[in-house]
Amino acid sequence: MKSPLAALLLRELRLARRIGGGAAIGVVFFLILVTIVPFAIGPDLNLLSRIGPAILWIAALLATLLGQDRLFQSDHEDGSLDLLRLSDAPLELIVAIKCIAHWIATCLPLVVAAPFFGLMLAMDATALAGTTATLLVGTPALTFLGAIGAALTASMRRGGLLSAILILPMAIPVLIFGVSAASAASGGTIPFATPLLVLAGLSLAAMALAPFAAAAALRGMGD
Amino acid sequence: MSLHSTFEGWRDFRLAAENLAIGRSGRALTADLSFSLAGGEALVVTGSNGAGKSTLLRTLAGLLPSLAGTIRVSGDGIEVGDPPGLFAHYLGHADGMKSGLTVRENLDFWAAMLGRQGSSAEAALAAVDLPHVADFPAGYLSAGQKRRVALARLLVARRPLWLLDEPTTALDVAAQQRFAGIMRAHLDNGGIVVAATHSPLGLEGARELRIEAQRARGATA
Repeated sequence: MKSPLAALLLRELRLARRIGGGAAIGVVFFLILVTIVPFAIGPDLNLLSRIGPAILWIAALLATLLGQDRLFQSDHEDGSLDLLRLSDAPLELIVAIKCIAHWIATCLPLVVAAPFFGLMLAMDATALAGTTATLLVGTPALTFLGAIGAALTASMRRGGLLSAILILPMAIPVLIFGVSAASAASGGTIPFATPLLVLAGLSLAAMALAPFAAAAALRGMGD
Repeated sequence: MSLHSTFEGWRDFRLAAENLAIGRSGRALTADLSFSLAGGEALVVTGSNGAGKSTLLRTLAGLLPSLAGTIRVSGDGIEVGDPPGLFAHYLGHADGMKSGLTVRENLDFWAAMLGRQGSSAEAALAAVDLPHVADFPAGYLSAGQKRRVALARLLVARRPLWLLDEPTTALDVAAQQRFAGIMRAHLDNGGIVVAATHSPLGLEGARELRIEAQRARGATA
């Protein structure tokens, strides 16, 4: 017999891949955001390569928010959430597994795509590598923070905007350290490792604490 | 029944509620509900719309906090203080099926998630007379078929307490009779059924608990 958490991870990944799962939408949205910016700013290659890491980070942040609100909402609508709460596995772990699956399905493709999309922003190899590394380390924080907003708005129709408004302020530190580490990779006064370690700390803290907050929000929802 | 051929049933499983007050958002619907059910007994919860039938079932499952009183389960292998929800199947208004997954994937998932493996997905689907839909996406099924797959879920994981909220919604007459047989087999195994319903379930000897909003009533034999 499969363990409940392995079964949950498999189910979430399957759902993300099938029609209506919307895993690929995130990458397409990411691509569109990155494409729009040079049109808005103009073909100044020096400027683009300087602000490239910031553009990739903002695009990744917005792309993660897209679809994040469905994390618990769809389970709430079809009654799965009630059943998940009756499982032997604690709700906190269930939330964590759902976040991990969501990260694999929506953020990992962004991380993989980032170096290619960065080419359109005239970024050099070190900047591309640095930005990709910071996205890899920093996006788990975005997913787990997003889970809190998703849990709070799970019972609301069209709760996505409210969720984004709740979550974006909390994502600011992630963005600051993500962009500063990415910029430090291609030169500057601060070493690359310092902001990267802070970013890793933010991710680890979000992974440790957000499941408890999200689970508490889900438990209080029906009441 | 062949469904439980290798399964010997639950021993001494009991569910007891004492002076239970239920409600939502701190607003009481009914207070002072007391009943005690032993393995093999069924309780039919009746009452007008909005009286609190669903709230009672959700409270028994642990999905809603009770406002006062206690709910206890006891029996073989159950520790004092174990939450009743861990031993309960809850069948609510929604079927808990993902339309993007096949029926088999849905059932296998719930079997793993709810623990204590029961029948295989095939055997459970045969029991609800839907043997041919295992590899269909759940989204292709009609409302009645979805309901029957949700009933099959009760069989793929073994849990002694069945909390059923309007279980026969959208079922045709033949399926209702089939489901009555499934419930009887569950009761014969020492399980407990608590069902909220407006229509007769076909369970002889079931006790009835009538809930009236804002009024306390105990169980009657």
